[in-house]
Amino acid sequence: MSDELKDIVLKYVIDEYLEDDSEPITYDTPLISGGIVDSFSMVSLKRFLENKYKISIPDDQATPEAFDSVDKIAVLVKKFTKA
Amino acid sequence: MSNIGNYEERCETFTWEQAEQELEYRPGGVLNIGWHCTDRVCLQGQGDKTALIWEGMGGNEKRYTFHDIRRASNTIGAFLRGLGLQPEDRICLFMDKIPELYLGVLGILKIGAIAQPLYSAFGDESLFVRLENAQTKAVITQKKHAPKVRKILDKLPHLQHLIIVDHDGKPLKEREVAFSLEKSAPVETLDIHPTSAESPSLLHYTSGTTGLPKGVKHVHYSLLSQYMTAKWALDIRDDDIFWCTADPGWVTGTSYGVIGPWCLGVTQCVLDSGFSAEAWYRFIEKNRITNWYSAPTAIRSLMKAGEEVVRKYDLSSLRALSSVGEPLNSEAVLWSERVFGKPFLDTYFQTETGSIMITNFQGMKIKPGSMGKPFPGITAVILDQKKFEPYAEPGKIGLIALKPGWPAMMRMYWNNEETYRKKFNNGWYLTGDRASIDKEGYFWFVGRDDDIINTGGHLVSPFEVESALIEHPAVAESAVVSKPDTINMEVVKAFVTLKAGFTPSADLDLEIMNFIRKKLSPLAMPQEIEFTEALPKTRSGKIMRRILKAKEWGEEIGDTSTLEND
Repeated sequence: MSDELKDIVLKYVIDEYLEDDSEPITYDTPLISGGIVDSFSMVSLKRFLENKYKISIPDDQATPEAFDSVDKIAVLVKKFTKA
Repeated sequence: MSNIGNYEERCETFTWEQAEQELEYRPGGVLNIGWHCTDRVCLQGQGDKTALIWEGMGGNEKRYTFHDIRRASNTIGAFLRGLGLQPEDRICLFMDKIPELYLGVLGILKIGAIAQPLYSAFGDESLFVRLENAQTKAVITQKKHAPKVRKILDKLPHLQHLIIVDHDGKPLKEREVAFSLEKSAPVETLDIHPTSAESPSLLHYTSGTTGLPKGVKHVHYSLLSQYMTAKWALDIRDDDIFWCTADPGWVTGTSYGVIGPWCLGVTQCVLDSGFSAEAWYRFIEKNRITNWYSAPTAIRSLMKAGEEVVRKYDLSSLRALSSVGEPLNSEAVLWSERVFGKPFLDTYFQTETGSIMITNFQGMKIKPGSMGKPFPGITAVILDQKKFEPYAEPGKIGLIALKPGWPAMMRMYWNNEETYRKKFNNGWYLTGDRASIDKEGYFWFVGRDDDIINTGGHLVSPFEVESALIEHPAVAESAVVSKPDTINMEVVKAFVTLKAGFTPSADLDLEIMNFIRKKLSPLAMPQEIEFTEALPKTRSGKIMRRILKAKEWGEEIGDTSTLEND
């Protein structure tokens, strides 16, 4: 799996959703279940991915589980990039 | 047999004096919620009983007995007093659902100060508005949230202390102080401030359609309402393991996430993590939770996660399920009955009412989709909106109104007596919600009487979002309405016109969303932005939100005779 993609997503999450003094996060840090990105903010993360990678993620695939880590997000992006 | 027993008999015989007697409160005497939730429970011999089972990130768990929470709240109270904080000073708690939040509420109440819990996802502007309005003296927070407070400190000269509960040793800035509950010497005995029934206790902020958020002032006497409703509406029993999923930044999370279970001496659980169906079911199984109080948005998310995941866990401990925040649709009631073996019971109340007003009860016939019936001691009617008189006959749609005087009724909107007075008409408290009553006395929710947006059970003011939108450099004008959503019931949608030199784009859309999310909160963030050339306006220039809203909801647009370009 492309590390460049994961790095871009990780950087976006850090820049947009974490405060300066937050604990560092990694590719597998739980984002939604860990309370870092709440369910309302997930929409903005989805929009970022769609804009950045010119994809469209169906609403029924944009679940808290699918967005719960950078690793999982990368799988989702890859899936819809291929499609 | 449910705690309430026969509902009709209770309605005939119950008076709030019964609650006073059960709580051993004598009118005119001292009444302190913090003491009732800790010291009194210990004096009743329950000091070694588990009060709190807390789980945080990575399964990190902490357990506290009633003696522990008594000492911890004493310790926090003593620390705050040591800083010079006085009775009736407003002390904000701006934290995730960590133990210090729950114990801090009690500590603040014990010294007679006013607890002002605020949702930790609020952006700096939302935070500023609420702290400035309350002239808050201190904020208790975590290092991750402290930057938001620092950003606005210069504009808050009355804010004397920024208390950081997980300070990491870095140099503290002006007005900052570190406090560690774990490292502090526990205070065994604290002089509890002799608050009376009418002493202010909590200040919760709630949004309205227009104007700034309002500070809802509650008093220690609200304990009676929270005690009785926890017992009869939520059916909380001595041997229950209770879980209220609401954040104490909102009224449900304090009325029933702090006060309700603990004044009954009952064990409660707190899970400090984001939503995940698996994590929630695992938590119920692990702690053998018996009594679960959650919200329709969460229930719908669980429904969406499916039944296969439910079967992976042993949820047989569940005995009583309740819901609050927005109307619980009948589909959710029937689903939970099928999947958990018992239905979620809808309960209804507001920040202003402080405790459950209309509810379904264990042991009473449930009509899926109905709000239930008034709690004993509460007179609830449907008012004719023109005459402000109750309809005598069932089936009429009107305003839900309550006869004032129940213990947890708000005493004031902070520094806003004019708005407070408008909540009453012809001797009735006006909820702003519309409903009807059927022939059997069950209430059926219809909708709000105003433009307030209820998203995921939380109220968002279109005015607040619109005001924030026009602060974005690209935005000329905006109109914010609700849009239907299968999970959250409704979400925020913004219609935006752009200034010259800006063009609509996917990137600008995202930029504006994030701008609002950080400035106000994730709740207020428009889930959809529609760029438009012009907003529908009356000839006098007033934006006609109702036309935009009607289109979103597939409703009749109604009278457009005043529309500018009709």
